[in-house]
Amino acid sequence: MNAPAYNFAYLDEQTKRMIRRAILKAIAIPGYQVPFASREMPMPYGWGTGGVQVTAAILGPQDVLKVIDQGSDDTTNAISIRKFFAKTAGIATTTTTVDATVIQTRHRIPETSLHANQVLVYQVPIPEPLRFLEPRETETRRMHALAEYGLMHVKLYEDIARFGHIATAYAYPVKVNARYVMDPSPTPKFDNPKMDNSPALQLFGAGREKRIYAIPPYTKVVSLDFEDHPFEPYRFNAPCALCAAENSYLDEIVTDDKGGRMFVCSDTDYCEGRQAAGHHGSLSAAPYKEKAGSHG
Amino acid sequence: MTTIAELPPGFVDKVLSAQSTFRSVMDAMARPGSVQRIVPMAGTAGPIMRGTAAIALTLFDHDTPLWLDARMSESSDVTKWLKFHTGAPVVQDSSIASFALISEGALLPTLERFALGTNEYPDRSTTVILQVESLDMGRSFELRGPGIDGVAMLQASIKPFDLFERLRMNEALFPRGIDVVLVADDAVVAIPRTTRVESKGS
Amino acid sequence: MYVAVKGGERAIENAHRLLAHARRGDQGVAEISLDQISEQLGLAVDRVMSEGSLYDRELAALAIKQARGDLIEAIFLVRAFRATLPRFGTSEPVNTGAMRVQRRVSATFKDIPGGQILGPTFDYTHRLLDPSLAEGFVPEVPATAEASTAPTPRVTDILGRDGLIESSPQAEDGASVGDLTREPLNFPADRDLRLQNLARGDEGFLLAMGYSTQRGYGRNHPFVGEIRFGEVEVEFFAEDVGFAVPLGSIELTECQMVNQFKGSATEAPCFTRGYGLAFGQSERKTMSMALVDRALRARELGEEALAPAQDEEFVMSHSDNVQATGFVEHLKLPHYVDFQSELGLLRKLRQEFSKAFAETSAPDAMKEAAE
Repeated sequence: MNAPAYNFAYLDEQTKRMIRRAILKAIAIPGYQVPFASREMPMPYGWGTGGVQVTAAILGPQDVLKVIDQGSDDTTNAISIRKFFAKTAGIATTTTTVDATVIQTRHRIPETSLHANQVLVYQVPIPEPLRFLEPRETETRRMHALAEYGLMHVKLYEDIARFGHIATAYAYPVKVNARYVMDPSPTPKFDNPKMDNSPALQLFGAGREKRIYAIPPYTKVVSLDFEDHPFEPYRFNAPCALCAAENSYLDEIVTDDKGGRMFVCSDTDYCEGRQAAGHHGSLSAAPYKEKAGSHG
Repeated sequence: MTTIAELPPGFVDKVLSAQSTFRSVMDAMARPGSVQRIVPMAGTAGPIMRGTAAIALTLFDHDTPLWLDARMSESSDVTKWLKFHTGAPVVQDSSIASFALISEGALLPTLERFALGTNEYPDRSTTVILQVESLDMGRSFELRGPGIDGVAMLQASIKPFDLFERLRMNEALFPRGIDVVLVADDAVVAIPRTTRVESKGS
Repeated sequence: MYVAVKGGERAIENAHRLLAHARRGDQGVAEISLDQISEQLGLAVDRVMSEGSLYDRELAALAIKQARGDLIEAIFLVRAFRATLPRFGTSEPVNTGAMRVQRRVSATFKDIPGGQILGPTFDYTHRLLDPSLAEGFVPEVPATAEASTAPTPRVTDILGRDGLIESSPQAEDGASVGDLTREPLNFPADRDLRLQNLARGDEGFLLAMGYSTQRGYGRNHPFVGEIRFGEVEVEFFAEDVGFAVPLGSIELTECQMVNQFKGSATEAPCFTRGYGLAFGQSERKTMSMALVDRALRARELGEEALAPAQDEEFVMSHSDNVQATGFVEHLKLPHYVDFQSELGLLRKLRQEFSKAFAETSAPDAMKEAAE
């Protein structure tokens, strides 16, 4: 039986070249979805194959990789992808945002501001922001070509008519460099402002849908809205129960079946960093618990 | 006649050299005007500079039709080297080329002759790799656009002198357009179609 | 006090150990061998090779074993392995007309040159569970006869000689064949890419799509011109020797449907074709494929395309079970960050609703009370 032997970072060189060319075009045309011949990866479609292919195409031995899912380094899919690259590329990994040169993410942008020596790679399930309004690729491609985005505004406006608000809470559409309407992947809209004018390069990979797109550093990214209904990021109004952060995105934890809830940072690295620096919330665990009482 | 054994070599370590070169080009494209260095070196042939050779080995293959200027295409050293190391088909029709290699500015044809992409597929455009004299000395240019925090300064000695005037067509064409990669020895600067360049004189 | 959940890495390792244990089942029961899978579950192996897009019985059997008999999971394993294989080129087109047929039936003619050959088939078996198969079953020796040397020309070729069916499209010399695993798919897609997509497509999906055309959603009046199953030679044109060298033989099933005729003022009427081809013995798959192939030719044949099976973007985007299962199953991954955002919005909307409802209904309540 043929025992398989795999290349550095798993992908063969021809595939990497193809993805690299797509990445360069994606950077040159901010927000435009470049079709690419996505390969069948050893993990399921929908589980980060696009992000994994982009990461595999850019990663080198000097890189330090961080992988997060829902903001956390310790979710199962994040662990699985991190292990995949540690095994196939032998690269260093980290959970500390500032130390990473490449960060692959699903559904969040880290709370810690990114810097110019970083690349943020997003896993994208449905790259087409117009897909839910128009299922046909041939049509949406035409709409992007003509910058014909009226349908999107109509949808957002219908939300306002029905609910009094734009009823999109995640994957909230943005306009990149005043031209392409782009799907930011299913990040909560809380994260949208972080995409604007970021010092880091942002790359997006959709494996099943075979698209790569990008936001270069220092590029204008605007969340779609209306003058009388401006974009508002949402955050549950409470400090983190562990680190008392007032400005981080929070996970809601169900603590009992009697309506008990607690709210903690979704970005675990950010939260742990704050706790280590002496910040503590109402429900901090050891070793910070001795101080917890004063805030509780 | 050169035999394959006499051809200048490709990368010593194909995998890691290509990765390192790609990151330099990616950084150049993501930060227009910034001068990136290409570290891994390969053999070169004829008028091909070191940086150009590394980019060719990194990005070209059977799937990328390649257009060469007269000086490059007339050099059998160049065509043999490219064919052997990349397999990229050399085409006469510049409007179907994925990449164009220009050994010196005087040989750059009218940009409209390259693939500009379509409004539906603006990525189906030619990336022009243009060899220039210097990317750290010469006239001063101010660059603005995505990838640039405000204004980026570039000092370079570039031919044709009116390159950036010619590239202004990108403004009206967008999202169609031409992306340019400038190479001087091991230095690389990218001017993607979104970059606006103003000359500030010497 | 709250401690965040940790230890995901160990949980994954333990889950995989448990999976290995569950896969093996009761260790008092003999382990199944790859030979046993390949020989006794041959049609499962055929399906995994077809939809996995890799002709290797042993690897397909291994995949079935590793996947605990979950064929879509096995197809996925084979695909992921296939994606890493180097490719040397494209084989010469196989000649199914020269197939060593084990089975061959036509529904369009009572008798045909080379004859109708039933071969190994479930057809006409009475679907009664057979307890004698439960254990120790030794089949009767199959009936044999002198191998026929009569050629078995394709029924569509026989029709074609009289111009009764459209001619099979001939590839131009040197024309390249599309490959949707190497190039991104764009619409509209040519027939080579459509057929590749259908050949890799999920049998159940194609069955449902093909069935829908029979029930009137894009009806195309199909007759089974012929189904044949058997062995064909695969040849590869080697540049360095200058001729086609044989690589070996593979088993294929081919279905040629004879469909709804076309014709115009300038063109004499003739039947049209739908085509299906799969590795191994896969009749249901190839018949469904032929129905859907014909349905997808609507545009080319100037027919109105209104039914799902005629919609190439719909069919091609949803036929692949590895893509489909990945995306459906990804819903079990954590989504609590986006869910939380949705929850926040919903709470806000409900709050506003209660407030507005209280305001509008309060005066009404007072009015009612006054009456």
